[in-house]
Amino acid sequence: MAILEQVFNVEAGDFAAAGQASTAIKRKLKQLGINAEVLRHISVSCYEVELNLVIHSMGGTLTLRVDPDMITLISKDVGPGIPDIDKAMTEGYSTASDQARALGFGAGMGLPNMKRNASTFSIESQVGVGTTIEMGFALH
Amino acid sequence: MTIGEIREILHGKLLAGEDMLGEEVLCACGADLMSDALAFAHEKAVLITGLINPQVMITAEMLDAVCIVFSRGKQPSEEMLTLAREAGLAVISTPMTTYTSCGELYLRHLPGSRQAD
Repeated sequence: MAILEQVFNVEAGDFAAAGQASTAIKRKLKQLGINAEVLRHISVSCYEVELNLVIHSMGGTLTLRVDPDMITLISKDVGPGIPDIDKAMTEGYSTASDQARALGFGAGMGLPNMKRNASTFSIESQVGVGTTIEMGFALH
Repeated sequence: MTIGEIREILHGKLLAGEDMLGEEVLCACGADLMSDALAFAHEKAVLITGLINPQVMITAEMLDAVCIVFSRGKQPSEEMLTLAREAGLAVISTPMTTYTSCGELYLRHLPGSRQAD
């Protein structure tokens, strides 16, 4: 049983709201007294995955789960799905829109950066169905 | 190096973080690409950028940066400054370009941030 579980809806293409879930999650975890170094890794990964939902998905949810030894972030969207995950995990590969690039994103660094920051990282995707990313951050 | 010293070196104007002038900055990141900042910047950093939108503030907050410098005299909106204040970030606007701003700080031994392990 998790200590805390909270679900945030993330709208596709809503660049003005991008980062609101990450900001709320960071502030909540800071209140809980999570170690600053771990919190920075969580925050960066959380923001990257939230941006991915806004930029690439057709909408989805971001779930925060707090357990005594682990923080888990789960991003789940309703499509379009990633045809080639290996390619998507390659630094520099991006299919982001011009709008995302104008805001300073879409450099093809997001997924590799999430993997680098998280203790555990898994991604599953099916074209036409959606993508689920789960990241774990060990607290000790 | 403190935020107050950065303001002085860059002949900048402090737009947020009036109570943060004595706060220490450990490293710097110069980037217009927030994806790069997210991959490289370290905590207690100053982010020097020519990009001006609310996502810059959120990026800085996620990184635990303490200060944002907008180069070439760019002025953030009041909405962006509110975001910065809520996040506990100092904001400086400098007339210098991004290149010159980075150079001036590097000359005075403020190191660049490195990629997260």
